[in-house]
Amino acid sequence: MSQRQRLALWLLIGGPIALFSLWAAVDNTRLYFVTLLNGLTLASLYFIVASGFTLVFGLMRNVNLAHGSLYLLGGYVGYVVAAKTGWWIIALAAGFAAAAVGGLLMQWLILRHMQGQDLRQTMVTIGLSIVVADILLWVFTAQVYQMEAPLWLQGPIRGIPLINAYGAFRLSLLGFGLAIGIGLWWLLNRTRVGMMIRAGVDDRGMLAAAGVNVNLVFAVTFALGAGLAGFGGVIGAVELSMVPGEDTRLLLASLIVVIVGGMGSVVGAAIGAAILGLAETYGLAYAPTYSVVFTFLILIGVLAFRPRGIMGRAA
Amino acid sequence: MSAAKWRNAMRSGAPLPQRPRVPQPAASPAAPDPHADSDAPRWLKRLWRTLTPRHVFMAIALLVFPFVATPFFTFQVASQSLVLGLVALSLSFLAGYGGMVSLAQMTVAGIAGYAMAVLGTSSSAEISLGWPWWLAVPFAVLIAVLCATLIGWLSVRTEGIYTIMITLAIGVAFYYLVLQNYSLFNGFQGLRELKPPTVFGLQWRDPLPFYFLCLFWALAGYFLVRYVVRAPFGVAMQGIRDNPRRMAALGYNVVAHRVAAYALAGLIAAVAGVLLAWYNALMTPGSVGTGWLINILVIAVLGGVKRPIGAFLGALVFVLLQTFAIDVIDRERFNLVIGGIFLAIVLFSPDGLLGLWAKLRSRFGPQQRPTSPPRRQA
Amino acid sequence: MKLNKRLWVRSMLGTAAALAVCGAWAQGQPVKIGLLATLEGPFAAGGADGMRGAELAVKQRGGAVAGRKIEIIKASSDAKPDVAVNATRKLVEQDKVDIMVGPLSGGEGIAVKDYSKTQPQVTFINGGSGAQATTLTNPSPNFFRFNTEGGQWMVGLGKAALAKGYKRTMVIAEDYAFPYSQVQGFMSEYCRLGGKVPLKAWVPLGGKDYSSVIARIPKDVDALLVVLGGADAVNFLTQYENAGGDKPMLGGSITVSQDVLNYKGKRRDSLVGTLSAGPLADAYDGADWKAFVDDYRKTYPVSAGGFPSPSLFAYVYYVNMKAALDGLAAVNGDLSGGQAKYRDALQKMVLKTPNGDVRLDANRQAIGTTFVTEVVKDAQGNLFNKVHSKVDGVEQMLGMKKEEFQIGSRDVPACP
Repeated sequence: MSQRQRLALWLLIGGPIALFSLWAAVDNTRLYFVTLLNGLTLASLYFIVASGFTLVFGLMRNVNLAHGSLYLLGGYVGYVVAAKTGWWIIALAAGFAAAAVGGLLMQWLILRHMQGQDLRQTMVTIGLSIVVADILLWVFTAQVYQMEAPLWLQGPIRGIPLINAYGAFRLSLLGFGLAIGIGLWWLLNRTRVGMMIRAGVDDRGMLAAAGVNVNLVFAVTFALGAGLAGFGGVIGAVELSMVPGEDTRLLLASLIVVIVGGMGSVVGAAIGAAILGLAETYGLAYAPTYSVVFTFLILIGVLAFRPRGIMGRAA
Repeated sequence: MSAAKWRNAMRSGAPLPQRPRVPQPAASPAAPDPHADSDAPRWLKRLWRTLTPRHVFMAIALLVFPFVATPFFTFQVASQSLVLGLVALSLSFLAGYGGMVSLAQMTVAGIAGYAMAVLGTSSSAEISLGWPWWLAVPFAVLIAVLCATLIGWLSVRTEGIYTIMITLAIGVAFYYLVLQNYSLFNGFQGLRELKPPTVFGLQWRDPLPFYFLCLFWALAGYFLVRYVVRAPFGVAMQGIRDNPRRMAALGYNVVAHRVAAYALAGLIAAVAGVLLAWYNALMTPGSVGTGWLINILVIAVLGGVKRPIGAFLGALVFVLLQTFAIDVIDRERFNLVIGGIFLAIVLFSPDGLLGLWAKLRSRFGPQQRPTSPPRRQA
Repeated sequence: MKLNKRLWVRSMLGTAAALAVCGAWAQGQPVKIGLLATLEGPFAAGGADGMRGAELAVKQRGGAVAGRKIEIIKASSDAKPDVAVNATRKLVEQDKVDIMVGPLSGGEGIAVKDYSKTQPQVTFINGGSGAQATTLTNPSPNFFRFNTEGGQWMVGLGKAALAKGYKRTMVIAEDYAFPYSQVQGFMSEYCRLGGKVPLKAWVPLGGKDYSSVIARIPKDVDALLVVLGGADAVNFLTQYENAGGDKPMLGGSITVSQDVLNYKGKRRDSLVGTLSAGPLADAYDGADWKAFVDDYRKTYPVSAGGFPSPSLFAYVYYVNMKAALDGLAAVNGDLSGGQAKYRDALQKMVLKTPNGDVRLDANRQAIGTTFVTEVVKDAQGNLFNKVHSKVDGVEQMLGMKKEEFQIGSRDVPACP
């Protein structure tokens, strides 16, 4: 795209947003900035869950549609562990581990044997998502599970200028998102494992030819991706509560984030999550009736102009 | 020869460029075609040749079935299977012959159903326009086909597994649209009292007429798919499924073929959508939710996507399970059962029940004897 | 080929069996009652309790009425109208039930009512569905509802709220039919008596992120009417507390449940005094109600899967099944003549329920009792719902004339 076209695109999208922001900030300043914070914190949750999704796809070209079920699994396990031990940090670790183990089993027992058959792998993950969701419904019933935030994160933070008060846990989501983002960046760019993952994303065949145990790398990546979903699940159990149906919602959110941001790119996941989180919360605050449709329209718009997503690269 | 020349040759029926003739073996003493000299049209002769006792038996069974079965069976089991099978057929066509798994087929069916409800008569007098059915239905199908083309255009911009994700997202977007909008779609309640017309004194929702209506359209869809996959368009589509780059190099417009495939599948799904709306007598957001989008995929894969009959087979199994599961197993775990079966099929028999049948037949059927003597075990 | 043959044989057998069953018309033969509830999906626990309530009614009659045994055939749905109609059709056309009790959710109820018009030979009695349109728009002559619906459940709350000094209330509810009816039930009285509702926030179905809604709460409202399910209400309260909010809450019929009463957040004490309304009250001290609760607890102890106290669903299914059986007793089990005598008996009956008498109006909709409850703290520091007041004879028209009544929607009623 030429410089001129790029400028035109930025104006086309940025213009209305700037106008809207100006109007909203003047109309009800507090609402505007609270919604901004709400959007960024929600985006952090979406980023944590979607980063795992995009990691798995980037390396293994596998659209893991059971990602939402892993989110649910992590959340439920985290809830049970928190109720038993009373320590939220342990619950976080347990949620991560449970989902990681689930993902590992999926990859090792089933998906490994279908390497290269992308469509079949995707169908298998659909089947697994139905089965896992029903098993979780059987064990935990349709009751809503609301996990409590740890004591040091409970309650509002008061005294913030303009906004007055904001939930401490909600604000901490930003911290979690940043930590995960930086951690992933460090893992991918500064460690051997990360180097192998990045090489595998570029060219699987050469990686195997270079003598790396590709299956092991796949397994580790899948476990990491699934674990991130479980980690997001524990956080979501506190902020949003755990109920059957959340798995589909988070899966769709991950899909949108990854399609908008570009498959296989962690930076893309961050951008996509920011766009989705902000669109959803601003939609809920200013036009609640069609807020969800609005987010899907963004998806369709991106597909029309940049089918590979914002940071996506040619397959 | 180039693709364009080949297509021209096929169309015009002009004699192909001569190839060096290999001397044919003497005409086999096989029984000459008894109808070779008759004046019957060519298609009748071909029909006579391809009809087997199996086909005749099935035809008779399908026609006589409603007269021996209870109205409940005819309506709830048979008709529902035919309609769901038709929707799944559109998915099988796209997936099996086009290599594109679209989860938005039920969405297209839903669009047709909603369009018919809005254009025709329904329980919400302030929304429905009240057009007569012979006007509302064709327009509804047209609207749905246009939407299917749009969905196709959006989905073919990227390749392969993207299609599942994008069509799922589009399907869910439509679900939320009809859920939240009350001025056109009546939101959560949906549009009810969608009655089929009474034509020539026959109320089309009575079990017998409805069954034959569904049977007619199911057969139409089935034969349409069978015809298309052998026509140049269908063969090109299968070529695109196998190797799009090569087909593009040959001069085929890959994107146009794919979008056309979506439109054709959309036509099948739209007709099925109208029938589904008449079957349920209502159109609610629940009819186009993620549950049903995935169910159609399950049905298509269950039967086998490689052959058109698989869709109907899968639908029959699905409806039987759904209707009678509560008598056999705990109805609460229906999803587990259907998900488990789907998983088992994808893992062990990717061609669905038909593939399983083919495997069993080759295992237990008449052995293929080699003509050479068996090797001696040393 | 083989498949069709099997289908043939099966359908032949099915036909034979159906014919054999059809022949059972003589007196003394069992009465088949179909029972439909949502046993799958989000309302599964409620549906299971509903079935328990219905079976309790049968058990109280000893399993037989007027010498005829009661045979219950169960079916399940997942809160989707098309699934409910399919399940009902199976019960009516395949299993040939005489009376049909169900379904559970509002949307299903409307679809089953439409279906009932095509099956005039079967009497349909509601299970738990509480949509207004079921009996108000195009009612069906053989569909009876002996439980009050969502709008009726909120009568009395408006008056009580004004008495507490809440002159301006904001509404926070999910965006579908049941909350619309609840809000209308509240607002019809509240607005008429001078209350004002400046803002209604409709949360999309299934949405759990209330941060945007909380951000929109105006500074000058006195209370929040929260019509969310119990556990979602806890989620809302947590998010509201975290955002520094402190306004009192008014609850819908399913809002102030055990989850809310067990809330462990810092604002727990501010929950005391929360008003709510519904068709039953756990702490009601009427003798019939106490007997009902005891019977439920004895028949379905917690160890066997029952709830500590019968839920709303158990209660409404119990009432409807009891009506079906009481009607049968009134006509001595005579379902002949297209069930005309039976339906007449149902229409004229004064049903004795644990919470008072229930009559039917011209649309076969129940006229019953609504309880207004208030949250209080007992000696041990536990929160529970105390009965604040009781309103009898609540009609579906909510005291309005037929011409001016409109079914609740996003914008109806409105009094900003």
